Amino acid sequence: MIDRMKRAFGPEVPGLLGFLMLVVVIFGVTAPNFLTGANLGSIAFQLPELGILTLAMLIPIISGGFNLAIIYTANMAGLTLAFVLMQFGGVEAGIGPFLLGIVLALGVGALSGAAMGAVIAYVGAHPILVSLAMMIFLRGLGEFLTKGGDISGFPPYLATLGHGSVLGIPVPLILFGLCAVAWHVLLTRTRHGFAARMIGSNLKAAAYSGVHAKRTLVLIYTLSGVMCAIAGILMLSRFNSVRVGHGEALLLVTVLACFLGGVDPFGGFGRVVPVVIALVVLQVLSSGLNLLGANQHLSTAVWGLFLVGVMILRWGAGRWKERQRGRG
Amino acid sequence: MPDVTDAPPAIRFSHVSKVFGGVKALRDVPFEVGQGEVHCLAGENGCGKSTLIKIITGVYQPETGAEMDLFGERLSAITPTIARQKGIAVIWQDLALFAEMTVAENIAFETMLGNRPRFVDYAALRAKAEAALARLDVTLDLDARLGTLPIAQRQVVAIARALVGEARLIFMDEPTASLTQAETDALLAVVRTLSARGVAVVFVSHRLAEVLEISSRVTVLRDGRLVGVYPTEGMTQARLTELMTGKTFDHQVMARETSADPVMLEVAGLSRKGEFRDVSFVLRRGEVLGLTGLIGAGRTELAHVLFGMTQAEEGRVLLDGREMRFASNRDAVAAGVAYVSEDRLALGLIQPQSISDNAVLSVLRRITGRAGLLSPKAQDDLVAHWVRELAVKIGQPGDAVSTLSGGNQQRVVLAKWLATEPKVLILDCPTVGVDVGARAGIFRIVRDLAAKGLAILLISDEVSEVHVNADRVLHMAGGRIVGEYDPRQTTLPELEAAVYA
Amino acid sequence: MRDFLRAYPAEAKLLVVLALLVAGLSVAAPEFLTLVNITSLINNNAVNLIWAVGLLVVLIAGGIDISFAVGASVVQYLVVMALIGMGGGGWAVGIALAMAFGIGLGLINAALIHGFRIISIVVTISTFNAFFGLLMFFTSGKSIYSLPDWLSRPIYLWELQTEIGWADIRLPVAVMAVCLLATWFLIRRTTTGRQLYAFGDNPEGARRAGINIWLMQAIAFGWCGMMAGIAGLMQAHVTKEVVPNALIGRELDVLAAVVLGGARLGGGRGSVLGCVLGVALVAVAQNGLNLLGVSPYAFKMVVGIIILAAISTSNIDLAALLAPKRRDRE
Repeated sequence: MIDRMKRAFGPEVPGLLGFLMLVVVIFGVTAPNFLTGANLGSIAFQLPELGILTLAMLIPIISGGFNLAIIYTANMAGLTLAFVLMQFGGVEAGIGPFLLGIVLALGVGALSGAAMGAVIAYVGAHPILVSLAMMIFLRGLGEFLTKGGDISGFPPYLATLGHGSVLGIPVPLILFGLCAVAWHVLLTRTRHGFAARMIGSNLKAAAYSGVHAKRTLVLIYTLSGVMCAIAGILMLSRFNSVRVGHGEALLLVTVLACFLGGVDPFGGFGRVVPVVIALVVLQVLSSGLNLLGANQHLSTAVWGLFLVGVMILRWGAGRWKERQRGRG
Repeated sequence: MPDVTDAPPAIRFSHVSKVFGGVKALRDVPFEVGQGEVHCLAGENGCGKSTLIKIITGVYQPETGAEMDLFGERLSAITPTIARQKGIAVIWQDLALFAEMTVAENIAFETMLGNRPRFVDYAALRAKAEAALARLDVTLDLDARLGTLPIAQRQVVAIARALVGEARLIFMDEPTASLTQAETDALLAVVRTLSARGVAVVFVSHRLAEVLEISSRVTVLRDGRLVGVYPTEGMTQARLTELMTGKTFDHQVMARETSADPVMLEVAGLSRKGEFRDVSFVLRRGEVLGLTGLIGAGRTELAHVLFGMTQAEEGRVLLDGREMRFASNRDAVAAGVAYVSEDRLALGLIQPQSISDNAVLSVLRRITGRAGLLSPKAQDDLVAHWVRELAVKIGQPGDAVSTLSGGNQQRVVLAKWLATEPKVLILDCPTVGVDVGARAGIFRIVRDLAAKGLAILLISDEVSEVHVNADRVLHMAGGRIVGEYDPRQTTLPELEAAVYA
Repeated sequence: MRDFLRAYPAEAKLLVVLALLVAGLSVAAPEFLTLVNITSLINNNAVNLIWAVGLLVVLIAGGIDISFAVGASVVQYLVVMALIGMGGGGWAVGIALAMAFGIGLGLINAALIHGFRIISIVVTISTFNAFFGLLMFFTSGKSIYSLPDWLSRPIYLWELQTEIGWADIRLPVAVMAVCLLATWFLIRRTTTGRQLYAFGDNPEGARRAGINIWLMQAIAFGWCGMMAGIAGLMQAHVTKEVVPNALIGRELDVLAAVVLGGARLGGGRGSVLGCVLGVALVAVAQNGLNLLGVSPYAFKMVVGIIILAAISTSNIDLAALLAPKRRDRE
């Protein structure tokens, strides 16, 4: 059972599920309101935003890179949608302009990703540096366009996207679920996902084997940009406003979630399912601490310490396994 | 060789063992080298040679109870620092140099060691580096960044580094692997000079001829155990191979008459600036065409053009009668050309990834099912087929390919390319890093493939390899094809004389 | 000249770009090349440069540090609290405390990296979250406005009245100069510094040569922490307050400037000169846009474009252009 789970979803899954259960039990006992529908509901509404951004960070890391521009790409996509809605009457804007805005927002996300991917692939510059430059550029562009303020006043039906539920399941969670499934299929069952993993381990060797490495890189960052745009649209509908810099603090948390989910920092290895579980663990930790009276900042600290703890445990497990093999 | 009878040996120990994760890499191995002796350490990959060197230089700590005598002094624990102070120097196979630092810094690196900070004296550093290069009779730009040097010059830097510290015992781990013959000769001359001055040199080389030429005794290891210590006088290559592998081999020429077979690949007047000029040859269906020559002759560069990695400036390539212009290696693969790189570690395989994923990387389209999704079952079937076909010894298909031996890794590379159903297979030094014992297996596969009609271009710097396995042999030098030989009418010594001239 | 180009290709290119930018600006904006403007540029970027050379040492040793800016916030807070607790203190105590706390935070990173074989980006992203979260939790995000008198009083080292106002050089510039010099000395002139380069370049080769790996990590991250601490104290001195979340986010800007200056992610390459040029390019670009009357909101956008442009032209080899027959090419 555990072996089958490991093969299908990655070797980190049982351990992470164990952590999740431990955390749930601890908070279930210590925080009286933890295991209530209201609390679980709030987790379900908070998770998707961070979750989708983490998916956007995931494939660049698997391909041996990074995308530090995810937050501002999301912001820019949100801005694009907001501008379109404003052009068509703000609160009064109909469904047609909304769909047009969505398409343009996704286009903006894809474009920013494609530009990064092209520079990384064809110039050979380091992804951290390229995405950092893109991040600085998009932040500047966004602040220039909004003069540092925020845009709000959108049609009421957007609230359904941000706060509604279908059959008792929050719409954002459904959206996140769809994105996660799409990413899982992309990484495990498509040629591009396959190529992304190979490039992450050794770009030159992959190219020697006939993989179109450069095109794959461009596509990876384009898809990452599209995922950012989805996050940006979700953020807009949840807060009913767009401000450049919104979600800034989540940037490094997405990296943290990837590492927690067992993604190899050097690239080549990483799966969607353990990363999703890692995200749930982080969100549960934060919500439990919140119920116990701590603020978001303590959660941030605990997240950091938690990652260190997990890495130390993995190190210990590696040593232990080695010693076991030594005896056998 | 100076008289060493009354001087204590440079190094002597009676039993050293080392265990890695339960695997005994070395079992009770004794080792002795006299002062000023040129000694050879021989054995297949994984026999424990490198482990032994790392123990002697303090990189690894041996299992308890090992003591060694260094120049008559008994030591129980060695660290890299102590080893250096006692005059032990190593030229590592992967050189262990610093690409971003200058040549001078690399050579005189040991002056910068030690935990207590000191000022760097760049003038003294340069002087030391210059002196070391002078001992090798070589001049190099001391201020050049090491990374900008060609590999052979980096090798020279590594050797010079060993000479800096007045070493009395030098280990050379495959020092000639990437040197041209002239450079190798120069190195061997240096080894003789060092030996005459009382410096002991332990030579680790897979080129058996060299080993026999230069050393006075040879220690043979197999599977972490000592096979024996033998004088090189009267030792033959065949006997040494036997000792290393525990098996016997015959060097029977396999060449067949192929001149009547249809042409598969025709190359006419192919040139690429700075790499090779006016190269013409034909390769027939079912033929194994050997291409040999020294390092730097342009062999790999030619292969890169045929595989579409780079483009020729002049000349034509005809595949199965049709002219080809490959814009990339993807075009070449689609047209039916496959290329097994000489650098299996960096280019041939994606080492950390699984055997299964490596094997299907070149044929992802073939395992794509309906709806454009990869089929895990199709992948498993394909991998199982090739594992069986090429008799690859693996644990699980999901294991990292790096866990395999060199020979089995090379079979995975072959599987990857054979899955593309190529018409022409280019093998670039296919036995680099493959044990002598496993090489025969690789060549058996090559002959089988040729028998099935595949046209094979076999590139190798080991003349004996092409002599035994090819139907015809081309000799490349200075970017040109300078000769063609029929192994049935040319003896190996004749061919070697032509290539190494 | 050619030697310089060969040894410092990235730095040389940056120097050319910077020179062109300065030349263009001095024509387009007459105020640019005035003593007042130049000195204020230097004053305003002293803190960034101190961080930059600290990060440089970590990059040279093959690591990366995301946590240094929040580390600086932690140090600021701790030092000022300690100083207030002591009843004032002075510059010597303040700097010593900032260095000590900074080194302490750096050593935490180094110990986690070395002790548990976790790569630096994972460790420093963790400590980034831990440092920041704990700081905000324990301070409840409250700022300190009542700094000791000596700390909040500006110190002028040099001033000159010109037609358009006062030009001056303040204390942080002197501290920056000392930090630059010390870092240059460490990495160019000491054996330890060369070991850092070697370790970043080829860790396995360094290990086999007998370099103490733990010492390398400790020195690199300790140095970065120390510089972060000093910069944190200087920042408090300049702004006359300690705001716990004021510095978060600065780490990526500094990283961009240092890498722009030729330091390589992955180790083995980078120079103090490059850091200066990288920080200067970003600063001059912003300053110039300001003088040209461009909306301040557009500054960052242009800086992003400049960095992207710099990266995209990084394949152009100046040394090869000047000397077409360079013997050994990569």
